[in-house]
Parts: sequence; structure tokens; C-alpha cells
Amino acid sequence: MTTEIAHSTSAIPLRYSTPIGGVAGTSFKPEHLQAILGAGRQRGFFEVHAENYMGAGGPPHRALEAIRRDHPLSLHGVCMSIGGPQPLDKAHLARFRSLVARYQPALVSEHLAWSTHETSFFNDLLPLPYTEATLRYVCDHIDQVQEAIRRPLLLENPSTYVAFRDSSMAETDFIRAIAERTGCRLLLDVNNVFVSATNQGFSALEYLADFPLSRVGEIHLAGHAEQADDEGDLLLIDSHDGPVADAVWRLYEIVIQRRGPVPTLIEWDSKIPDWPVLQAEAAAAQAILDGCRPAALVGDCHAA
Amino acid sequence: MPPEQNPSFAAAFAPALLDPTRTVPAIVTGPNGKAAGRRYAVYRNNVTVSLIDALAAIYPAVLRITGPDFFRAMARFHVRRTPPASPLLFDYGHGFPDFIAQYEHAQAVPWLADVARIERAWLDAYHARDAAPLSPARLSAIVPERLADIVFTPHPALGIVRSPFSAVTIFAANRDDAPVERIDASTPEDALITRPEFDVTVRRLPPGGAVFAACLASGRSLGEAAASALEASPEFDIASNIAGLIEAGAFTSLAPGDA
Ligand SMILES: [Fe+2]
Repeated sequence: MTTEIAHSTSAIPLRYSTPIGGVAGTSFKPEHLQAILGAGRQRGFFEVHAENYMGAGGPPHRALEAIRRDHPLSLHGVCMSIGGPQPLDKAHLARFRSLVARYQPALVSEHLAWSTHETSFFNDLLPLPYTEATLRYVCDHIDQVQEAIRRPLLLENPSTYVAFRDSSMAETDFIRAIAERTGCRLLLDVNNVFVSATNQGFSALEYLADFPLSRVGEIHLAGHAEQADDEGDLLLIDSHDGPVADAVWRLYEIVIQRRGPVPTLIEWDSKIPDWPVLQAEAAAAQAILDGCRPAALVGDCHAA
Repeated sequence: MPPEQNPSFAAAFAPALLDPTRTVPAIVTGPNGKAAGRRYAVYRNNVTVSLIDALAAIYPAVLRITGPDFFRAMARFHVRRTPPASPLLFDYGHGFPDFIAQYEHAQAVPWLADVARIERAWLDAYHARDAAPLSPARLSAIVPERLADIVFTPHPALGIVRSPFSAVTIFAANRDDAPVERIDASTPEDALITRPEFDVTVRRLPPGGAVFAACLASGRSLGEAAASALEASPEFDIASNIAGLIEAGAFTSLAPGDA
């Protein structure tokens, strides 16, 4: 008879009170495990890509258990293909649900994007046209996810490089309609707003003014890279491989002033720096969060 | 256009992602009438590069042996021909060793595919279900007349890779950055891959050991497995082989068998 290692299947009891409030967190990267555990329990939270923890066992789960023991966790799905026209992958949804049950994350999110067509998985967050037809099945997919995980999902706004000739709605209207129809909450990626605004030629401030901020339950901040489009104009790439740009920090301060403190993640997924560099980015976000008190208590908030 | 006549923008958007001979899908554009060429190319690049990177992460020894330029060119062919069929990238690339074996530019390194097979088995073991390995005391407790009939349950992480080349030595020498001594590639080596706790180990099996381990893993009795191993290799030694497999964590349990 096979003896399961005792801790591997049982849910881990929560050791903090939800919601986690206005704290700054970082992506969890395995190369930082020892540095994080060595520092003991700290304020903040860690976000992981769900798919990296969908193996049956082994070191990834041991690392995540160690992180989760003392810190709130954010489970960030990258591959559900919610924005694609084909039905959700039921096996993938079941795996996602099991991770939520096992690790009891404080935050659970996915993308307004697609990554699978027929049987091919493209490993990228691909864009969709914003129409009544796409709105219907995106809402249907989110209903299925929320039914499976028994809680509201945080849906993230994308960074995009192309537009669809067919699109008939603004992205903010599309996202607001999804939230109203499904009851989902929103993950506002401020870097994605900045990247898409540059690439699509709209105003990031107007986008934020149109965005349903009251539904935002998490914010992402990340670095981007610069390229050029066919006309030689600036094209920004959502690369997650460097520090948050100054312009994105400024947009973030504006959002926090309007919205009040929200859990905020520094996303850093390639060219991973040493832990103190990532920690310093999170500390900068925390300073902005701490400089802000809910408008209802202190009136206008001026971030530090 | 009503949506039912245009059921899938994804069907229009997807095919050119991994096929450089296809043109940019007509359904996309840049803003304000700008062109979509370099914009769509961002997606093409993200898809292709991230999948090549995924193979590079799974096959670091193959990458080190071939060098990055050779590896990325070879991986690009494979990615375009065989994109992942699952969003779990750690499961990608099971067809890559066979692709390497057929790849015309890799014919000068005939052992490369076997090194890749060991690397793929290494990652399978890394992500395998956790299970406690069989204690050696369980075997000692069996009375000698029952030994031939016992059967074993393989550990979820167990892998066996057979090679007519020195694939285990080449694998081990190329999984880190240490300088590589000259290796005679012509010694046949079979690999045993296990993960009794959390560290994956790769060992070289003695002569007959791979046949023996594969028989036991498929549920045949200790007596049958030993007979097959002896047939394959007259120098096969049952006592050291069964002790070695148990010590490596190849099994989770044993049972008396049907006799
Ligand atoms: Fe993000």
C-alpha cells in the first residue's frame, strides 16, 4: 500500500485574517525561497502562477507549503483561456479548484485573454475582440470558474499589441459589463494599462477614470520593455523583467488615492533579481499604500 | 457580420502564431489605421521564444552540449511542429528526444537523444506524486521460500532509460557548469531515476539491472524478473540489484504474489 506523505493533501489552516488589506506582495520565485524563509514571517503576500503547482508532488509543493505557512498567498492562473471561444478545459478547471482548496489563497485571479486553440497551448496571453458575442461566452466561462472555486474571481485587464476590426466596445465597458453580469472582482494591472494605452493610442488616465475601481481587489505593477511598431513609433512590451517604470508608479499613486489601499503585487517573471531588489520594489509600493488612509476617514489622501 | 458567421476569431488568429509562412491575420489591425505586422509579431515572438525557453529549462544538459544557437534552432523546429497539447509546461517536450534522434543536424551526436530521455525522466520524477519508499526491512521479513513470488509496486517517480551510449555519464557531466572531462561515449549505460523524498537521483544500473527493474515495475514477480535479467546478462546478480533498487527508492510496497 502506498503511504501518502501526510501533509501533502490536507488543506492548510489559515493563519491570518482575510481580507488582507492594503499590503504589498511579490511574485514568489523558487530561487528566493531560502532568503524568504530565513527572514521569517513578514508583512506582505506572495503570488504564484497556478500552473507551476499543478504537478502531483515534489519540491514545488514543499516550497509553496513553506511559504504559505506564514504568509497569505495569491493564486494567479495564467492558462485558463477564459477569453477564448472554445469551452473551458474541464481537467484544468478541476486542477485549479484543487489548488484553491489545498492552499486556501487570499486572492485568486485569472486573465481576460486566451492561450489555447483546439488542442494547441500557445503559452501567451492572447487578445480577443470586444463584442456582445465574446462578452457572452467570457461571462459564461467566469461563471463556471466561480462555481468551481466557490468564490469571486479577480479578472485581470490585459496588455495588448493589436486591435480587432470587429471590436464594438471599449475595453473598460467590456470589463465593467463582465463584472456586473458575473459578480467577479477585478485585478487592475496598472502596467498593462500603461502598455496598452501607449500601444493603442488612448489615454491611461481616461482608461482609469472609466475603470470600475470599486470592484478592484488587487493591483499588479511590473516592468515593461520598449520596441517599435511598423511606423517606427514606440511599442511597449509587457515583459515583467525589470523595475516598475516611473510613469506606472505615478498612475498607481493616482489609483490608490482614488480607490484607497488594495493588495498590490510587484510582478517580476524573468531576469529575476536578487531577493532584496524585489523586496525594495514591494517596499516602495507599501510606502504608497501606507501613505494613504481610506478617503472616508481622512478625506483626500495624499500619497507620500 | 453576425457572430454565427464569424464563430471564432481564435481560428483566424492562431494559425500564423507558429507558422512564419502565413500572413498576419486580416482581423487584426493597429490603432487609427496603423499596420499590425510588428504588433502581431510580438505574439509570434512571445509564443515561439517562451516555448523554446520551456524546452531549454527541461533539457539543460542537451542545451549545454549543443550550445544555445544549435539548441534554439533545433527546439524551434520542434515547437513549430509539436506545440504543447496541455497548459502544464513541465509536461511539455515528451516527444523532443525522438525528434532529436531524427534531427539531421544531430546525427553526429547519436547519444544526445538518450541524454534528453534521462532529462525528461528527471523532470517527471521531480513532479511525481509524493510517496514513502519501501523500507529494506520489508524484504528481510520475507521467508526465503516465498521470495521468488513477491511483487513490487513501483514508486511514482521511478524511471528507467536504456542507452547503447554513455548517456548517464554524459548527462551527469552536463547538468551543472563544472568543466567536462573527455568522455568515452561508447560504453552502454542504463539509468535508474528515482525520487525517494525530494531529491531526484540518477544512477547507473549494473548489467541486467534495467531489464530486472523494468520487469518488476511492470508487476512481474521477483523470480520472473531475475530470470529475464539473467537471460539478458549472465553476470546479473540478484542480491545486489534488489538491494540497490530498494535503497534507491524504486518501490513503495511489496506483496507476497499469487503463488
Ligand atoms: Fe499582471
